[in-house]
Amino acid sequence: MLLIKNVKLVDALGERGPVDVLIGEGRILSLNGGKAETVMDGRGLYLAPGFVDLHAHLREPGQEVKEELSTGLLAAVRGGYTDIVSMPNTSPPVDTPEAVRALQKKAQALGLARLHPAAALTQAQEGKALTEAGLLKEAGASLLTDDGHTNEDAGVLAAGLLQASPFGLPVAVHAEDASLRRGGVMNDGPLADLLGLPGNPPEAEAARIARDLEVLRYAVRRGKKRPHLHIQHLSTKRGLELLREAKRAGLPVTAEATPHHLTLTEEALKSFDPLFKVAPPLRTQEDREALMEGLLDGTLDAIATDHAPHTQAEKERDLLRAPFGIPSLEVAFPLLYTELHLKRGFPLSRLVELFTDGPRKVLGLKPLHLEEGAEASLVLLDPKERPVDPKAFASKARYSPWAGWILGGWPVLTLVEGRAVHQALE
Amino acid sequence: MRHLLDFQGWTRPEVENLLDTARVMSEVLERPVKKVPALQGFTVATVFFEPSTRTRISFELAARRMSADVVSFAAQASSLQKGESYKDTLLTLEAMGIDAYVIRADSAGVPHQATRWVKGVVINGGDGRRAHPTQALLDAYTLLEALGTLEGKKIAIVGDILHSRVARSNVELLPLLGAEVWVAGPPTLLPQTLPGARLTPHLEEALAEADAVMVLRLQKERMEAGLIHLQDYIAHYQVTEERLRKTKPSAPLLHPGPMNRDIELEGTLADSERSLVNRQVRNGQAVRMAVLYHLLVGKER
Repeated sequence: MLLIKNVKLVDALGERGPVDVLIGEGRILSLNGGKAETVMDGRGLYLAPGFVDLHAHLREPGQEVKEELSTGLLAAVRGGYTDIVSMPNTSPPVDTPEAVRALQKKAQALGLARLHPAAALTQAQEGKALTEAGLLKEAGASLLTDDGHTNEDAGVLAAGLLQASPFGLPVAVHAEDASLRRGGVMNDGPLADLLGLPGNPPEAEAARIARDLEVLRYAVRRGKKRPHLHIQHLSTKRGLELLREAKRAGLPVTAEATPHHLTLTEEALKSFDPLFKVAPPLRTQEDREALMEGLLDGTLDAIATDHAPHTQAEKERDLLRAPFGIPSLEVAFPLLYTELHLKRGFPLSRLVELFTDGPRKVLGLKPLHLEEGAEASLVLLDPKERPVDPKAFASKARYSPWAGWILGGWPVLTLVEGRAVHQALE
Repeated sequence: MRHLLDFQGWTRPEVENLLDTARVMSEVLERPVKKVPALQGFTVATVFFEPSTRTRISFELAARRMSADVVSFAAQASSLQKGESYKDTLLTLEAMGIDAYVIRADSAGVPHQATRWVKGVVINGGDGRRAHPTQALLDAYTLLEALGTLEGKKIAIVGDILHSRVARSNVELLPLLGAEVWVAGPPTLLPQTLPGARLTPHLEEALAEADAVMVLRLQKERMEAGLIHLQDYIAHYQVTEERLRKTKPSAPLLHPGPMNRDIELEGTLADSERSLVNRQVRNGQAVRMAVLYHLLVGKER
């Protein structure tokens, strides 16, 4: 039994407390205290439901030099995540039920965050032959996606949506027109022109979202069960407008935004530092503002990390050759707590919802609120500020574009079904 | 002046000071013995991650004419693709006691990155589409020789602007010296904006009353990428005797080389009296001597 005294509660329903939370048998037993062997002082801290990440690259199997389940899932619980969707773009890609089971088995043995592997939509992520949606679902796949491979063939995407729909599997897409993006490494526009870097136009995202929404419309019309399209790491104002229209029209679509698109802009590329090279690229302040608006008005459903670890040496290459991606599992919540809630007054309850019920809904999981009887997969957050220190990351990627930023809202205790998987209380 | 990466943050007096030194160096190059001891004891490395002949030789000669020791490193693009690290290469050289690095790379920003890794002075020898500052300095020097001043002069830069580091550096530098810079090229090869320049897809507009014309090389890969059609380019953007009539009489013609004769410019023009191409190459050495001198000895900035 664990008793957290005088702690404030925050979830999708709002902020309340302070209360004394009694936890046992993997559940919240009481919000009115009780007897426990372990008693914690929660004064000044927030208790929230455990975070769920829809989009993490854990690199296993095949690229363990960048990250592996043990380091990735430890990074996750240190970031307050109790549940993680791993992307299937591993080597080989996760495109069979056996591969999904193998990942889950290994993750369960580690006993950190719960893993919900995503599986490839097409075999070997080649965009041609579909994978076995039904068998993948039975094996435990949480969604289907070809992720960084951008589903050039609209017919295959349509078939994938139809195929996945009876099993309730969302199909997640990296919406970017590869032929319009060409070799772009940063946002296309005057700054890319000035810096002499090949641009990736915002229209490449909008064009693909527009196409994918039409593909979805087709799948809705043809299917007996409603398909579910999920748009990954939306980055542009125009893409958001298209999504908003589609949602208004009742299309079954959800979308996520990332911590980096919410806290950084293309201006960061002035340093010519590949730490800021990410796909889709960091956009303009106007796009960033639009994303925040989209989080507030419900156009965006979740904040997902797109945690994409690489080796330090790869990230120290030049901008044309360095790989895309930023590691962020350990800083995602503190970043947005500080930059959005503290600095811009973004409602804390909505922010927490975007880390919890938002992604849960995308995965078809029930909402998780802080009430008696609820599953004790929880995170305790400390508003006290401290600098980001990548050297202390559990992730193998020990660099960060936010190194040195002073952030509050650090997860100091993460519980999965009542079991402490991360403890950093002083 | 700690490094020479591009001209962001440079002032007119700093540029003029550098070009004054280049004039002195130019005199050195007139002497029977073209060597001075100014950089004795210094070691200059030319680190070329992208192939180059003229820029590398020009820098190496410039360093040697001032008695510096010179080492040369040339990496194949293929070994870089295999993951060879720029940083490791530079750190290896650093351990050997290099004072100045002339860095050429096909990717914008590599010299900027290098300043975070090495203690020595970094000189941008051309990085991707970003900048080629010593080329712009030698262009400015050559233009000043020909025109006397750049104040109020209209300079037209013609060709593939989007992919050109030479254009970007000139667009930063020439306005600092009072010039009005126009750039012209086909829409697919023109940036959206370039601070300091006026952009036009109409060659005639750029050439009208121009005091000098700089022609850029058209690269084959642009045609292969479908960005332009060769015959269409020649018809509308080739710099010809006929089109030069729109400029001021005897407006000089510059080209950073290597040239594609009869593509970006009429072949005979390259050998005409208007052409300053050979002057540019010669002045390149003097300008690079001045840059090395300022960075290693002068330390004004």
